[in-house]
Amino acid sequence: MSSATTTDAALWLLVVLPAGVGAGLCIAGRPASRLAVPVSLATAAISVLLAVAVAVVRPSVSAPFMAGTPFALAVDPLSALVVPTVAAVTMLVLVFSAGHVTSARARFHGLMLLFLAAVMLTATATTLPPLLLAWEVMGATSYALIGFGWREVHKVEAGAAAFLTTRAADLGLYIAAGAALAGGAGLALADLPDASPGWRDVVAAGVLVAALGKAAQLPFSFWLSRAMEGPSPVSALLHSAAMVAMGGYLLLRAEPLLDATGWAAGAAAWAGALTALLLGAVAVAQSDLKQLLAASTAAQLGFVVLGAGLGAVAGGSAHLVAHAATKALLFLVAGAWLAALGTKRLSALRGAGRRWPVVGVTAGIGTLALAGVAPMSLWATKDEVLVAAREESSVLYVVSLAAAALSSAYAAKVLLVVRGRPTTEAEAGYDTEVQGTRRVGRPEQAPLVVLAAGALLLGLLALPPVSHTLRQALGDTASPTAGAAELVGSALLALAVLVAALRWGLPGPVWAAAWLGLESAVDAVVVRPTLRLADSTARFDDRVLDRAVTGCAVLGERAARRAAVVDVRRIDAAVEAVASGARRLGRLARLPQTGQLHEYYVQTAAVLAAGVVLLVVLG
Amino acid sequence: MLSLVVFLPLAAAVVLVAVPRLSDVAARWAWVVVTLLDLALVAGMWLAYEAPPPGGVAFEQHVEWMPGIGSSYHVGVDGLSMPLLALTAVVFAGCAVFALREQDRPRLQAALFLFLQTSSLGLFAALDLIVFFVFFDLSIVGMYFVIAGWGRGDAARSALKFFLYTFLGSLALLLGFIGLYVAAEPHTFDMVELARSTPLADAPAAGGLVLAAILVGLAVKTPAVPFHTWLPPAHTDAPAVGSAVLAGVLLKMGTYGFVRIAMPMLPGAWRDWAWVIIAVGVVSVVYGALVALAQTDLKRMIAYTSVNHMGYVIVAVGAAGVLAGSDAQVRAVAVSGAVTQMVSHGLITGALFLLAGVVHDRAGSYDMAAFGGLAGPAPRFATLFAVGAFASLGLPGFSGFIAEFQIFTGSIAAVPVTAVALVGILLTAALFLRALQRVFTGTTRGLSVGFGDVRPAELWSVGPLLLLVLAVGVLPRPLLDVIEPGARAVVDMVGR
Repeated sequence: MSSATTTDAALWLLVVLPAGVGAGLCIAGRPASRLAVPVSLATAAISVLLAVAVAVVRPSVSAPFMAGTPFALAVDPLSALVVPTVAAVTMLVLVFSAGHVTSARARFHGLMLLFLAAVMLTATATTLPPLLLAWEVMGATSYALIGFGWREVHKVEAGAAAFLTTRAADLGLYIAAGAALAGGAGLALADLPDASPGWRDVVAAGVLVAALGKAAQLPFSFWLSRAMEGPSPVSALLHSAAMVAMGGYLLLRAEPLLDATGWAAGAAAWAGALTALLLGAVAVAQSDLKQLLAASTAAQLGFVVLGAGLGAVAGGSAHLVAHAATKALLFLVAGAWLAALGTKRLSALRGAGRRWPVVGVTAGIGTLALAGVAPMSLWATKDEVLVAAREESSVLYVVSLAAAALSSAYAAKVLLVVRGRPTTEAEAGYDTEVQGTRRVGRPEQAPLVVLAAGALLLGLLALPPVSHTLRQALGDTASPTAGAAELVGSALLALAVLVAALRWGLPGPVWAAAWLGLESAVDAVVVRPTLRLADSTARFDDRVLDRAVTGCAVLGERAARRAAVVDVRRIDAAVEAVASGARRLGRLARLPQTGQLHEYYVQTAAVLAAGVVLLVVLG
Repeated sequence: MLSLVVFLPLAAAVVLVAVPRLSDVAARWAWVVVTLLDLALVAGMWLAYEAPPPGGVAFEQHVEWMPGIGSSYHVGVDGLSMPLLALTAVVFAGCAVFALREQDRPRLQAALFLFLQTSSLGLFAALDLIVFFVFFDLSIVGMYFVIAGWGRGDAARSALKFFLYTFLGSLALLLGFIGLYVAAEPHTFDMVELARSTPLADAPAAGGLVLAAILVGLAVKTPAVPFHTWLPPAHTDAPAVGSAVLAGVLLKMGTYGFVRIAMPMLPGAWRDWAWVIIAVGVVSVVYGALVALAQTDLKRMIAYTSVNHMGYVIVAVGAAGVLAGSDAQVRAVAVSGAVTQMVSHGLITGALFLLAGVVHDRAGSYDMAAFGGLAGPAPRFATLFAVGAFASLGLPGFSGFIAEFQIFTGSIAAVPVTAVALVGILLTAALFLRALQRVFTGTTRGLSVGFGDVRPAELWSVGPLLLLVLAVGVLPRPLLDVIEPGARAVVDMVGR
């Protein structure tokens, strides 16, 4: 077999292997529980190897599919960065889950592997049909994983809310596909900028809406809050590192399209910046660790979206990768503390970082990275984006800077948990959600270490030697580089905000606590009116349409009865009348037949006389 | 070969009825064997099938029948009918396996369903309007007896409503057929001939009237809003296998008529009235989804989703009639999606109705509020239903996505306004998730307690249907290779 075929097969296998194994585990169900963990870890490990292999070799494959467009996958520099990252994070999360998830293992690991396959396909798709396919499958596995504990209805409802919100945004991709065909560009992602101008705007709008929805940007952010009902490994993988990140990734990949339309890039940049700012404020206002991390995810992805809008693809993708490692780490830590202490409230978790050293140290590294403290990863990567923002517009720069400051602020809240001293009031808050086990096992601690290393080192992607190569590879030589002044300045800002927050505390803005009231707004404006419309349409269907049909039948029956009456009283009566008339005439005709001879003579004489008169008259 | 495939079930039905003493078990298994045999024959045809030239047919058979009125026994298949023949064979085989648990007069039921299978296969293979009409009406008669004889609840009334309404529609259809016959020179009922000569091309007014008659007849069968109100009571009161066949096969007769009769034979009138057809389609999509969302009865809910899904087909074929601003390739994608949706919907909704039948069998009720946490006592059933529900809402990986993507891409590219119909896929997602949540999640209570999981007959009937749905969703090329040339031919015929 030639090497080209082997690497082509590797790319197919990257998608097909986790999909097949995942589907098999899901269908096998409980009987496969014991096998689930070894099989899933083995599959994830093979996927990591395949991911690295395809990232190095950069194959591209294609198969006929539908609508005249092939099912085409390819690995280019952007996906070469993202694919191994996601595969690695998945592997680490599955190792964590081996210790963390103890019931329905087959279903859990099966769904996670299906999700992995979907992400791999999203990251490598080069035409719209496989992209949309993988995009929606990600959403479906997200639903199934958020609602994993199906005995509790609120979790399933949360999953449904997440799925329906992202599906509503995904309609944008359907519209984009139609518009791309109409615009004569075909459905290949690279060809989308070549569509005719009017249609290209529609394509860009559709792609933008779908990406913003998946990345939990405004106005879709509220679904991420509901998604936190799922198990922590799910939050770590799907809702921080992989699925939501794919929203940002799509915009990074579609950057030429956004650029070509003129308005879409600016819209994306502002959407990202505003989300980073407002959701930073939401994060500051949260009192639940997972909710804080969720809001922070949306805010950090705002920076990625901002980077895509500004054309800073290298900075945006570096931030994506660094954030994936950092946020996955923090969510896994939250999961470990939830399982061990039975709570995720920040006030109750105070001092939890001191109880288990490994968890505490890695959490500390993650939090400092999140704050943007030098030399952690998110510090340098954020600056790449901020510098591009400054070139674009000073208002945008100020907004982004404020958002960066807010990230330090909410990181401070988490730092208090990590480094603060445990208090008796805090300990009183233990075991409020589940019964804590008071232990964190080895399979749960090991991934934390690896992810912490990532959180520390991935900043190199945005620093001179590596960033230069990255920019060359991504074709992003036009966007500005962060100079020493910017880097030092942002590090100082982060430190300052961090220290100030730790020292003087943070007022949580009340209006931000409920995630800007987005969900209740959507509920009042979209959900409830739709349900009312559905009810009234159903009533219309039963009482008007159906009754009209039955009414026609009743009218028909009434007409039939009327006809029957007419038939009996008129028609048949007329026939009877003819018969009785004939009978009367017959009776009349019998009258002369009296049997009396003299009367017959009279009748004969009368007839003769009449005959003579007739002859005389006619003659 | 084709006539053998069509009439084998009828012959078996006659044998089943005529044989003096036949045990119930033997009758049920005979039914299964015959349907599987027919399925094997159809599979053989599929493998031997080669796309005929545009306007031509494969496996053609032509025998003189009523030369005085220009009608003959003319059957054949092309890219549009081959998939539907296969769908019919698969759905009926699935129903036969499901009915292995039937206790009520299985011999008679088997004979009746075999008769229904012949009329369905015959309709899809028909190339003569009278043959089409005969099979159309025979299917209505067969389904009436299924609902009235094995149904529950208000079965007699629902069956009568179904019969009268669809029969009235078929009379409108006959009127249209006679219009086509009269306008053709020389007078004929042959579909191939009529498609070639397009009789009413020069008389737009008359063409519009004939099209209206045909469309009314087909719209009642499809069913399209506002002619759909016979469907919910028919489904609610029909037995599980009856609903599966009604939704899986009979509804396709209406939409098949659009692409086989209306579009090729009346292209001018179709183009003139395309906007009305699109409007009816969009209304059906949104209306069906909204009313389904409001339902609390599981079977009624699935019935209304059929209205929604067939609405997508109507939107696509309507959009194919709008020539301005799009090229034939785009419209061919829409029609290809429409035919794929027919196959996909037949498989998915057939499976869903069989699963609903399981619910009634165990608990005697379709009321979703009476259940809860069903995934506990019946995990395999829950998995099957979840797969069916996600397939029905158009999740990629299943055939529904292949169909809906083509429909939307083609329709939106041809007629941008049809994007409004996208709301339908959001609403169906909402309604299926709500149903899953109400019935399967939460604490196990009410009628869910003691609910037995799927039995072998149920698993082996629903499982293959859903496997096919998955297969088409992941590897659509075998199906699309058959459909696409046929779709392209229809689009070219409409464009004349």
